[in-house]
Amino acid sequence: MHVLFEPGFFANAPVRTALVIGAVTAVVSAVVGVFVVVRSQSFAGHALTDVATAGGSAAYFFGLSPLLGFIGGGVLGAGAMDVIGVERERRRDLATGIVLATALGLAALFLYLDTTNGATTGATQQLLFGSIFTVEPSTVPLVLGLSAFALVIVIAVNRPLLLSSLSAELTRARGINLRAVSVAFMVAMAVSVGLSSIAVGSILSTALLIGPAAASVRLTRSLRASLIVAGALGVVTTWLGILFAYDSFYWVPSSQGLPVSFFIVSLIFIAYLISGVPLVRRAISRPSRATSRVDPGSVDSLEGGA
Amino acid sequence: MFSGFMVNAWEVGTMVAVVGGVVGFFVVLRGSAFPAHAIPNGAFAGAAGANLIAVNPLIGLGVFSFAAALGIGALSRRGRSDAVTALALVMMLALGAAFLSLSTQYEPQIFSLLFGEILGVSSSEILPVAVLGVVCIVAVALLYRPLLLTSIAPDVAAARGLPPQRLEIAFLIVIACATTMTVPVVGALLIFTLMLGPSAAAQCFTDRAGRAMAASVAIALATIWLALACAYETNWPVGFYVSVFSAAWYGVGRGYAAWRTRLRARATRGEVRNVTVSS
Repeated sequence: MHVLFEPGFFANAPVRTALVIGAVTAVVSAVVGVFVVVRSQSFAGHALTDVATAGGSAAYFFGLSPLLGFIGGGVLGAGAMDVIGVERERRRDLATGIVLATALGLAALFLYLDTTNGATTGATQQLLFGSIFTVEPSTVPLVLGLSAFALVIVIAVNRPLLLSSLSAELTRARGINLRAVSVAFMVAMAVSVGLSSIAVGSILSTALLIGPAAASVRLTRSLRASLIVAGALGVVTTWLGILFAYDSFYWVPSSQGLPVSFFIVSLIFIAYLISGVPLVRRAISRPSRATSRVDPGSVDSLEGGA
Repeated sequence: MFSGFMVNAWEVGTMVAVVGGVVGFFVVLRGSAFPAHAIPNGAFAGAAGANLIAVNPLIGLGVFSFAAALGIGALSRRGRSDAVTALALVMMLALGAAFLSLSTQYEPQIFSLLFGEILGVSSSEILPVAVLGVVCIVAVALLYRPLLLTSIAPDVAAARGLPPQRLEIAFLIVIACATTMTVPVVGALLIFTLMLGPSAAAQCFTDRAGRAMAASVAIALATIWLALACAYETNWPVGFYVSVFSAAWYGVGRGYAAWRTRLRARATRGEVRNVTVSS
């Protein structure tokens, strides 16, 4: 037992908080992420972490609650991306990039001001790399509540969301307001990304949003299956990563340990690579193919890519 | 403002703006804003790794940015390119976090790799920047026609037998080269911004490829010069000014494009019988 779990793993309070927060974040990110991946909005999904970080650094500067900054920044950024351009595929990337660049510029300014004011030493590192082990237990209920909010929005609009990524004409023909659906999704994504960036740091936020979802969309043939696989993959990689990070305190000679984000991201990256191996894809996707019918909920025709 | 360390800043800033404008023209045309963000942002991990094993950070940056370009190019063949780019980016950042935790890196150095420390450029850093800049521009000049054709008319390009995937990888390598050149001196944020805003604005002003590229270099130069002057006066980070001015240029460009469209629509409506609108 001690080979796998170094002493005190389960008795450690920060570890327990990390396991809970990590699992919640992983599930919410994976669910939102499946739609992000299917709609090819990975760039926006990643950019919102940096936009949220800018909001966080501004909140530090003005002495507001960082959580407010992260979520507010994310929602504002998502709104700006929507205003600048969602009409054309190429324009959308550009809009995301311009908003991202502006947000990074603001983050540079606020981080600089934070450091020169001397109020928050280590702000850069904390904001950029955040650690799941430093989550305060008091923020757990808030994180849970906001996660539920993001999940409810995504589930409420899941069918128009999928349909609109398949065919805009078909969605419009059914009398669905495309703009409203896309804005609702952007808000859900902003809340989820803002939460995960403050809870687990901006690197893990993108990794948990895109990685498990991208792997699961390659492996599964129906929406429900890809949501389940993505969520499970997210939780497993997060918990394994936390375990390895905890154990690594005993591996490295400096007895400092390696960052948890490094382990989780590596596991997710490996999982994504494995999901691309033809043998694995065939083995996993065959059983569900027999049961899947052609319906708007199917991610079948979206699987693969450019 | 024009003496001492500022001279180096003006020189390096000018070189970076020229390369950013030239490479950025294709970044905007091809819609590759994400790789243009991911490669510089992730490559900083290479510098952290190089610090750890005590080699020149330029080598670490080069290795990481080229590996990222090749990795994104290769994995995109089998998966969604945007998801692959995101995963490559977080993998590099996570490696960077691991390197930093192993070394006793001082925090301002992270800040400068990400957001740039152009005011602290030393004279010995200028030569590598100039050499890599020339390499970038020569590479773009060689790839100019095939890149333009695959970006604007993919069908024609395919009919002529141009390999789109190989060209995409070649272009990613040009971005990697621009990254290696610029990140150590101006940071990941600045080069991304200079590749995006000015070129996006330029393409609002004109439809011609050559003119748009020239305009994008001119706007990038105006942006960096103005930003350097403001940063010198106020002591705030250069990256902040560059990103704000770039966004402002883009806003002006979009405004101009909207105005021109309205003007043209009015012209066609007014003299619909005998007008020939040339673009």
